[in-house]
Amino acid sequence: MSDTPATIAANATPPRMARKIKGLSDRAIAWIFVGPTIFLLLAINIFPLIWTIRLSFTNFKANRINREPEWVGLRNYERILTDTDIWLNMQATAHFLFWTIFFQVLIGFTLAYLINKKFKGNDLWTTIIVLPMMLSPAVVGNFWKFLYQPQIGLFNYIIAFFTGKDPSSFEMLGSVNLAPWSIVIVDTWMWTPFVMLICLAGLRSIPDYIYEAAEVDRASKLRQFFTITIPMVLPFLMLAVLFRGIENFKMFDLVVQLTGGGPGSTTELTSINLKREAFEKWRTGYASAYAIILFVTVFGLASIYVKALNKVKER
Amino acid sequence: MSFSVTEPSKRSKWFAGTMVVIYALVTMLPLVWIMMTGFKSPSDAISYPPKVVFEPTLEGYVNLFTTRTRQTDEFLAANPPETWYEEIVRQYDMVIAGPSKFGERFLNSVIIGFGSTFLSIFLGTLAAYAFSRFKIPLADDLLFFILSTRMMPPIAVAIPIFLMYRQLGLSDTHLGMILLYTGVNISLAVWLLKGFIDEIPLEYEEAALIDGYTRFQAFYKVVLPQAATGIASTAIFCLIFAWNEYAFAVLLTSGTAQTAPPFIPTIIGVGGLDWPAVAAGATIFLLPVMIFTILLRKHLLRGITFGAVRK
Repeated sequence: MSDTPATIAANATPPRMARKIKGLSDRAIAWIFVGPTIFLLLAINIFPLIWTIRLSFTNFKANRINREPEWVGLRNYERILTDTDIWLNMQATAHFLFWTIFFQVLIGFTLAYLINKKFKGNDLWTTIIVLPMMLSPAVVGNFWKFLYQPQIGLFNYIIAFFTGKDPSSFEMLGSVNLAPWSIVIVDTWMWTPFVMLICLAGLRSIPDYIYEAAEVDRASKLRQFFTITIPMVLPFLMLAVLFRGIENFKMFDLVVQLTGGGPGSTTELTSINLKREAFEKWRTGYASAYAIILFVTVFGLASIYVKALNKVKER
Repeated sequence: MSFSVTEPSKRSKWFAGTMVVIYALVTMLPLVWIMMTGFKSPSDAISYPPKVVFEPTLEGYVNLFTTRTRQTDEFLAANPPETWYEEIVRQYDMVIAGPSKFGERFLNSVIIGFGSTFLSIFLGTLAAYAFSRFKIPLADDLLFFILSTRMMPPIAVAIPIFLMYRQLGLSDTHLGMILLYTGVNISLAVWLLKGFIDEIPLEYEEAALIDGYTRFQAFYKVVLPQAATGIASTAIFCLIFAWNEYAFAVLLTSGTAQTAPPFIPTIIGVGGLDWPAVAAGATIFLLPVMIFTILLRKHLLRGITFGAVRK
């Protein structure tokens, strides 16, 4: 035991730092334990971020590493913020965010409310409902593409069956009007369970005695729902919205596989557009500025939102 | 049964149960459909109206794992098929030329998935223990910093990581992807594990320390066994993330270290995507996660909400 690195290090520790117990001082252990994690985070997350910021002020192209990049100041930012196409991508992203969150909250909360009724076998059915969110978005996008095929797809067949339309008369992925909705449908299918689980946690955190007190006061069920259930679940619901918002703002894999940003650029969300600039057109400096703008946007919106969330929590 | 005002009525339970079951069945439909498609012949897979009853075949799976070439009639007549999979291929006058890349890609998913999970858990447990038990200066700020790294869009950091990896010779290597996924996963691991370790009473370790154990010994002989279930469920989360990741995989790997998600959609048959083979690949790829979820549902469901609510 005497020659382990720990004991060698312990012997090298000055006595005032070492505790009376054997081995390393607590402080040394703390740094040995936390150090590698911090180092990895700096290397994989923070260092690249700083590098991105630096690149965003240059006209660097990653496919031409031998060319000396020029410092262009704020020109990349200026060009992005005045580019109308990018505003269209932002708009598409905003629409996508709004509708996915709308449906996921509506369906997710309803499901949580129903599951909270503690009917027989709800555990099994909850597990089945949760499955989609555990799967790979890219693979999911790929097989939904199959379901959406106008000639052979199951989705089109079912819709046609119920509406009496000709299934090849509507192309979920190929039509400008429907393509954004095809993404909303898959995202809702996949992520409603997440909102549901958070809502369920919220519903289960409400103590029974509050309802009992309301019952004594002869408050109607409807009234109890709006004055107890909703306000108590609201912080949880807002948290779910925050997570879904951040995740969907970054949404990439699902959309790439489903529509690839098309038809035209109707489903070209900002992250798809960003990928195109960075890894197809190789405008690295420009794409870096774009990435920073997106990052700042998410961060800004998220922190405003968290402030609102904290206010709701305080009530 | 004791009367309680908060216990839902029988009728409302029945209604709730019916609605949830209907939703669950609709949710299942795409998954069941894709699994069925994996066992269809190419012509059954693209028939209209969609075929619910069909003759199952392993053609999709054979196509997934092999590459095939067309052969002359003389060759086919001179070399009769020896195996059942060779026979399946023969109906199209083809022979199996060799294995496809799917096996390799799947193996990459396993190596990178388990490698990064192991590393995230190893580093995450140490860090979580330190955050839970020691006074660390600025602990709250550090923890928040660890969490905030998750807000970054993958593509924003992909550009410099792409450049950095090229310099270090890490592009398209297993090690590079393992380190990258660990970097992404570790924030979640630290947060979840800290919660689990916080719940273990301090007295256990103190008793061990008084008995003459060192901190290290107390940590791995007392704390680790107590945290085992928490560590296991955190590991599943990390594994699921690494298993499902696509953006980094598609941007930073091209061959040697590419995982299965970017590969599955590229399985081409005669005239476009070979849907049964794609479905077979998706099934093989999704199955482990589905089994994990069903077997460990209690832990997983708790982990998700717990992780989210804590933040």
